Amino acid sequence: MNNFTNLTIKTAREKLDKKEFSSVELTKYYLEQIKKHNDRLNAFITITEHEALTMAEKADEKIHNGESTPLLGIPLALKDIYVTKGIKTTAASKVLENYVGHYDGTVVKKLKDAGVVILGKTNLDAWAHGSSGENSDFGPTKNPYNTDYVPGGSSSGSPTAVAADMALAASGTDTGGSIRLPASFCNVVGLKPTYGRVSRYGVIAMASSLDSIGHFTKTVEDNALYLQASAGGDPMDATTPPVAVPDYSEKLDHGVKGLKIGVPKEYFIEGLDPKVRELTEKALSWYQSQGAKLVEVSLPHTKYAIEVYYIIQTAEVSSNLARYTGVRYGDERSVFGDEAKRRIMLGTYVLSAGYYDAFYKKAMQVRTLLIKDVKDAFEKVDVMITPASPTLPWKLGEKTTDPLSMYLSDIFTVHANLVGIPGLSVPIGFVDGLPVGMQILGPHFKEDLLYQVGNAFEKEHPFWMERPVL
Amino acid sequence: MKINIPHIAKLANLEITRDQEEVFEKQLSEVLTHIEKLHEVDTTGVHETSQVTGLENIEREDKTTDSFTQEEALSQTKNATNGSFVVKGIFENE
Repeated sequence: MNNFTNLTIKTAREKLDKKEFSSVELTKYYLEQIKKHNDRLNAFITITEHEALTMAEKADEKIHNGESTPLLGIPLALKDIYVTKGIKTTAASKVLENYVGHYDGTVVKKLKDAGVVILGKTNLDAWAHGSSGENSDFGPTKNPYNTDYVPGGSSSGSPTAVAADMALAASGTDTGGSIRLPASFCNVVGLKPTYGRVSRYGVIAMASSLDSIGHFTKTVEDNALYLQASAGGDPMDATTPPVAVPDYSEKLDHGVKGLKIGVPKEYFIEGLDPKVRELTEKALSWYQSQGAKLVEVSLPHTKYAIEVYYIIQTAEVSSNLARYTGVRYGDERSVFGDEAKRRIMLGTYVLSAGYYDAFYKKAMQVRTLLIKDVKDAFEKVDVMITPASPTLPWKLGEKTTDPLSMYLSDIFTVHANLVGIPGLSVPIGFVDGLPVGMQILGPHFKEDLLYQVGNAFEKEHPFWMERPVL
Repeated sequence: MKINIPHIAKLANLEITRDQEEVFEKQLSEVLTHIEKLHEVDTTGVHETSQVTGLENIEREDKTTDSFTQEEALSQTKNATNGSFVVKGIFENE
């Protein structure tokens, strides 16, 4: 069998087109990998072997007829919060353990139209509530670089699948860091797009003013190819604005000379792991050596972002999860896990009579100040770079009984969701064998700029090629 | 900061056991104490934000399209009768 370990979407496309292997062969390889490693890593909740092979056969037929579109015949995995027609969608909660949707969400439909092969549905913190993957009702996912450690969450199975070579790419959702944090913990590239850039229709809602629909890939250029297929307006989601979708690959090789990179001082604080800090500063110095200008910026309200987030997010969670009554589909409310119950109650509390003004209204006001901070910063710089996580991946079980410390692990990522800007997590190295990532933040709808900045670094530092030993 | 778990659970339509009540009270009170830090921010005259990309009034033509069949809509429920969902009575004794 071919060695597909260092394959990317880009190189797979070339080889599929040259008939070096077929999509069926490629799909069989990934299914084999899933069978080999899933018991240990628990990255997948559902494996769709039969559907995958049917899709691969169809793709091969099209390739045979001379079709060549970027994602045709490419095997990928979907976070199990994307509704799929005829395939179970559980949100990793026992409430939806047996739920089978009657429709494909917009992104799933777009991916299918692009000719992808869907290998299965990946594990997550139930309802996307969590930062480690341990809140799943189907057991925790393990970090492929060291199975004693968490892969990050809430999208835990998707980056694990990509890193462990169980899929070429995988989808995720990011409400407060659920793509960027696990991407950094698993040595893969993860994008949280601008709010509204990718349709939320058919993705189970967590917090509707924050939810962003993104994905994981091995490389930056692969990430751009995926976004090209998923981005765009959708009549089914009124928050997708009529902003043109650019060619996301166009600026990949433009380099960083003359770019102004903001370094927000509030992110380089006490509590940031010195080794994470060191790698981030090393990446920043490299950018400087390539002709980018580093500019210190200040986002004065940063220290309140996590508080604002845990008010707005839980308020919206309590409202979105109110629909699960067990009447039309799913099980009863008593089946909700502890974390969902905590968030529903916290959200109900901050919205309840007597507390609304003190919590919810206040949070919505501070959100305005957070937006102003970021707007002011982008008057001075093109992008900003920060660590994606204040710490390295932690050990399984370390934070499960202390929700507050788990919540604080999102401290560097929630800001982007509250402001709606895009963020790209790119690998910057390893500490004691555990991956570290940086976060590149840009103005609304400037994903192409994030790819330009991320790709420049990755081309000189291909950390993605350091595969986990399993 | 204390939180009245039985009251909030009732508002949220959740059943919480006595054991859980204690754990949740401790955990959520801790989170709320942390969140209270927000009160030190001066927000006089600051408007509230709920939409971040500046969109307003997105409209579409009001026309019917294909949707689920009745059979599909009912296929995931545990409790259907005569083509309808069975729900709990709203008024007692009726």
